[in-house]
Amino acid sequence: MATLKINNLEKRFKQTEVLKGINLNVEEGDFLVLLGPSGCGKSTLLNTIAGLEESSLGEILIDNNIVNDMDPSERDIAFVFQSYALYPAMSVKENIIFGLKQRKISKEKIDQSLSKIAELLKITELLDRKPAQLSGGQRQRVAMGRALVREPKIFLFDEPLSNLDAKLRIEMRREIKKLHKNLKTTMVYVTHDQTEAMSLGTKIAIMNNGKIEQFDTPKNIYNKPSSVFVADFVGSPSMNFIKGSLTSNNKLISFLPNNASENDVINFTHNNELQNNSSVLFGIRPEHIFLKKTHAARVTKDENFAEIEVKAELHEYIGHEQIITFSYLGQEILGKFSSSIDVKIDNKMTVFIDLNNISVFDKDTKQRI
Amino acid sequence: MLNKKKVSRIFLFLVLGIFVFYYITPLYVMIVTSLKTMNEIREGNLFSLPNSINFESWKIAWSGRGEGTSDVFLKPYFFNSLKIAIPALIISTFLGALNGYALTKWKFKGANLIFLLFLFGTFIPYQAILLPMARTLGFLGISNSPFGLILVHTVYGLGFTTLFFRNYYVSISDEIIKAAKVDGAGFFKIFFKILLPVSLPILVVAVIFQFTQIWNDFLFGVTFSFGENAPLQVALNNMVLTSASVKYYNVDMAAAIMAALPTLIIYVLAGNYFIKGLTAGSVKG
Repeated sequence: MATLKINNLEKRFKQTEVLKGINLNVEEGDFLVLLGPSGCGKSTLLNTIAGLEESSLGEILIDNNIVNDMDPSERDIAFVFQSYALYPAMSVKENIIFGLKQRKISKEKIDQSLSKIAELLKITELLDRKPAQLSGGQRQRVAMGRALVREPKIFLFDEPLSNLDAKLRIEMRREIKKLHKNLKTTMVYVTHDQTEAMSLGTKIAIMNNGKIEQFDTPKNIYNKPSSVFVADFVGSPSMNFIKGSLTSNNKLISFLPNNASENDVINFTHNNELQNNSSVLFGIRPEHIFLKKTHAARVTKDENFAEIEVKAELHEYIGHEQIITFSYLGQEILGKFSSSIDVKIDNKMTVFIDLNNISVFDKDTKQRI
Repeated sequence: MLNKKKVSRIFLFLVLGIFVFYYITPLYVMIVTSLKTMNEIREGNLFSLPNSINFESWKIAWSGRGEGTSDVFLKPYFFNSLKIAIPALIISTFLGALNGYALTKWKFKGANLIFLLFLFGTFIPYQAILLPMARTLGFLGISNSPFGLILVHTVYGLGFTTLFFRNYYVSISDEIIKAAKVDGAGFFKIFFKILLPVSLPILVVAVIFQFTQIWNDFLFGVTFSFGENAPLQVALNNMVLTSASVKYYNVDMAAAIMAALPTLIIYVLAGNYFIKGLTAGSVKG
């Protein structure tokens, strides 16, 4: 178990800045997920933590020791790669104990650790096989075993599940979660899959363009996104953004969508004092829109909801739920509902939005207000 | 439809048959002639089979007639060639593998430029390096010795072996190397324990290519060595050109076959791997 601290980390490849001042503070036993679109620098950050790439500026501290100048093997970390990176010429057993052998650990100790790990990951009968003779899921297990056997201070995962099929991915995800629950080792996990990030992480750092957009718990990331990028990136379908303007009267806020008449104003309260703002984005998640007033009244806290007039335009059935596209004053918004409700397409109707779960962003700075 | 297919098949095999015939004929003539006596050669036809199998000319080509100093035979030169080919083969292949490994898995500033220079080296013709090499060997004091030729072949072959191994290792995942670094293995450990064990296909390509180049070389051999230090191909030339008034075609043919035999054997034994290795990169992707 260890802490990981990253101070002002920067990384440049010739002219291009890949990491632009990263600050992170990972507590003992945390499961940090680095989430972001491809090319955002998350894998580079992970490689830099591992020491496989050098940083241009800033510090990396493991257990409060600066490790910038240490070799990867001296940092007491273990790395699980996307391609598993098993040594092709070695058997499963040799793959797992290779790291221990480099560290000149006694044979009895190695055998002990090996059988413990093999049992834990249920790969005992695979030990004499070569990587080429294993299935994707089995290779994944061996790669995990190779990391686990060393009992490192920190585990680093680089999209370890992205080469597996959907079913196996969910299975392995749960196993990683269990593993973290039992071992309580600090873990850093890179992925572009938000479901993986949400379900695994105790903390999530959303990365975009070499910077951390938000570093918070999964709940806060989802419910209180700090920027339009985060709100848009997390959630499927992603958050609706209604363009409009704000007028504020003490803590009572009025939102007027573009092209709307006075009747369409949405009033709500906000914890912060807000300033009048002529261009904001009013964010509401698709599942916080309701078709029935009774439903909205039951679900939302303090019956704090608003009515809006919309026209249903498109219907997408996806099994347990359905996604309806509405037209609202010329803007498109999506709602997610249980598929048991019938919705007539091309009909004008009233829907209800949960005002406890809205996010308001400044349209220019793209930041939460 | 079926008929058309059949006709084109027949045509294909006909063409292939002609090529096979064309390539196999010289070998046939060589073998047949080497087994005949001189009388048979003078009287008979080039393509006719020998009256009896007679290995006398092979014996003469290998160990001579025992007629004193002017007698040239292959045996000592065969071992000269081995003494040159085996060390040069091992050194150039090993260094090529190491170069390929460093150029792909331990990328450093200018790695691509250095690779380009190696690549450039493969385009330099033999003749162009004769003079500078002669000066170098003279300076080092190893001209007309096996060491000189070992050096020449190693240096000349390095461009090719580096190219082979570099292109092979580029297709091997970098993550494997990273994993080994995290596990605590260093430069040489990763090379010997992880990369070399999966290099067999390209190793075979490099060995066949280098062995063929070195064994069949005549120009370097004739330029940088003479007398009893000459390699086999030079001796073969001397033997054929300097025999006395009578031309012993059967002995010449036997000697030529002998000189070509080692490369032939290597191709037959490892040819399958050779094809696999050449296409390894494209298949693995």
